[in-house]
Amino acid sequence: MTGEQIETLFGLMLEYTIPTLKIFGYTLLYSIPLGMIVALLKMCRFKPVSWITNVYILIMRGTPLLLQLIVAQYSVPYIVKSDICPGFLRDMLGGVDIRSEAYTFNMMLIAFVLNYAAYFAEIFRGGIESIPKGQYEAAVALGFGRIQTFFRIILPQVIRRVLPASSNEIITLVKDTSLASAIPYMEIMYIAKKQVPTYASLLPLFMAGLFYFAFAMVLTLLLSLIEKSLDPMWRRSVKTFGKGIFSRGDA
Amino acid sequence: MLEVRNLSKSFDDLTVLKDINFTVDKGEVVAVIGPSGSGKSTLLRCINQLEKAGGGQIDVCGINMMKTNEKGKPVFADAKTLRQIRLKTGLVFQNFNLFPHMTVLRNITEAPAVVLGKPRKEAKERAMELLGKMGLESKADAYPSELSGGQQQRVSIARALALDPEILFFDEPTSALDPELTGEILKVIKELANEGMTMVIVTHEMSFARDVADKVVFMENGVVVEEGTPDHLFGDNASERVKQFLQRFSQH
Repeated sequence: MTGEQIETLFGLMLEYTIPTLKIFGYTLLYSIPLGMIVALLKMCRFKPVSWITNVYILIMRGTPLLLQLIVAQYSVPYIVKSDICPGFLRDMLGGVDIRSEAYTFNMMLIAFVLNYAAYFAEIFRGGIESIPKGQYEAAVALGFGRIQTFFRIILPQVIRRVLPASSNEIITLVKDTSLASAIPYMEIMYIAKKQVPTYASLLPLFMAGLFYFAFAMVLTLLLSLIEKSLDPMWRRSVKTFGKGIFSRGDA
Repeated sequence: MLEVRNLSKSFDDLTVLKDINFTVDKGEVVAVIGPSGSGKSTLLRCINQLEKAGGGQIDVCGINMMKTNEKGKPVFADAKTLRQIRLKTGLVFQNFNLFPHMTVLRNITEAPAVVLGKPRKEAKERAMELLGKMGLESKADAYPSELSGGQQQRVSIARALALDPEILFFDEPTSALDPELTGEILKVIKELANEGMTMVIVTHEMSFARDVADKVVFMENGVVVEEGTPDHLFGDNASERVKQFLQRFSQH
């Protein structure tokens, strides 16, 4: 391969990192808040709600994400055709253009979000349940309301506790975005695979691998920094350390 | 100030409190003693709305918190009244239950600022004053995990006092502490007693109860077995059961 070829290839690959980042970003944006809601639903004292939520989580965690992505793509035409589909849903879905790019992307995103929300939900639930009962009791005794207790007392502690496990999921998501290539959705994995016969070289795949690796590394660093910054004592030590540096004037 | 009449409470089939009668007057310090599992903590938790009483009547500062209707079912005051009562009572826990993500200062100012809507600056001034009283001014910016158990418990007392409660309840305030740290807590409680604070203290510190309390209540198996002045309960005229308990206690 000539240098020029490599350059063209690199440019092409770079272009297709954008759809990958799009899947990554949107999935996190929606699945984290949804995961929080699902976690609260699973802890709901009204049992049927908790059961239904649990079934959803079991299905999402028990079947391959790839299968879910494909089912999502096929779903609309089959739902419309089905006998049990209620009329209003058929009217709503009937107008959907299943050949459009937006359809492909949206259905893919729904599958990613529903899948990741299930994993986040279990992490968040574990975090919430790990807060000692005494914290709630102290809050009650001091007159905090339910909402105040959750947002001021419980949630800040939960965030700190769930961050390591959530980081894990976030890093996994970087690599799971490559499953979109099977839909097919044109992101970096898809384009890399396609270039292999064209260039008769493994280089496109190596480049894709390098991209995922670099992305995961940057995120790992970023997340560990966030983790540290949530440790109040670490934050304070940085503050005083910073002051020390500045007072000596060598910063 | 506090009036508990015929209070009962059970968890499923287990009866924890039976027909408890209990009054506390303004400025009075009441010590509740008795063997483990006698229902002392449950009594405190019912009064502080952490548990729902099963029957009887509770009045706090002349406001009715709960009573029993003709059918024998407990009827609680409306949410607004319960909240009003809650702010008149303070509770200090055995395990402190400080908020680990907040500094000492923030632990104390959070409730006055958020619950009472006090300006932060005012809440902070009051908190510093309370910390000074507890001898912990220098720890205002520390986090609970950086403090000893005794210091944490003093912070939690300051936190309860910051809401200016009319009655302060202590649920075994020294039970989670090393023996050498209990003294500092007992000293603080004694000072509060001298200032005329109304307090109810569930404790296993017999000499402290004898020393500080105006009234001692002995509970066992969910009933008040005997109550009276410390001189009476710790004296020769106490019932055999109380004597037996105290005797076994002093052997430890």
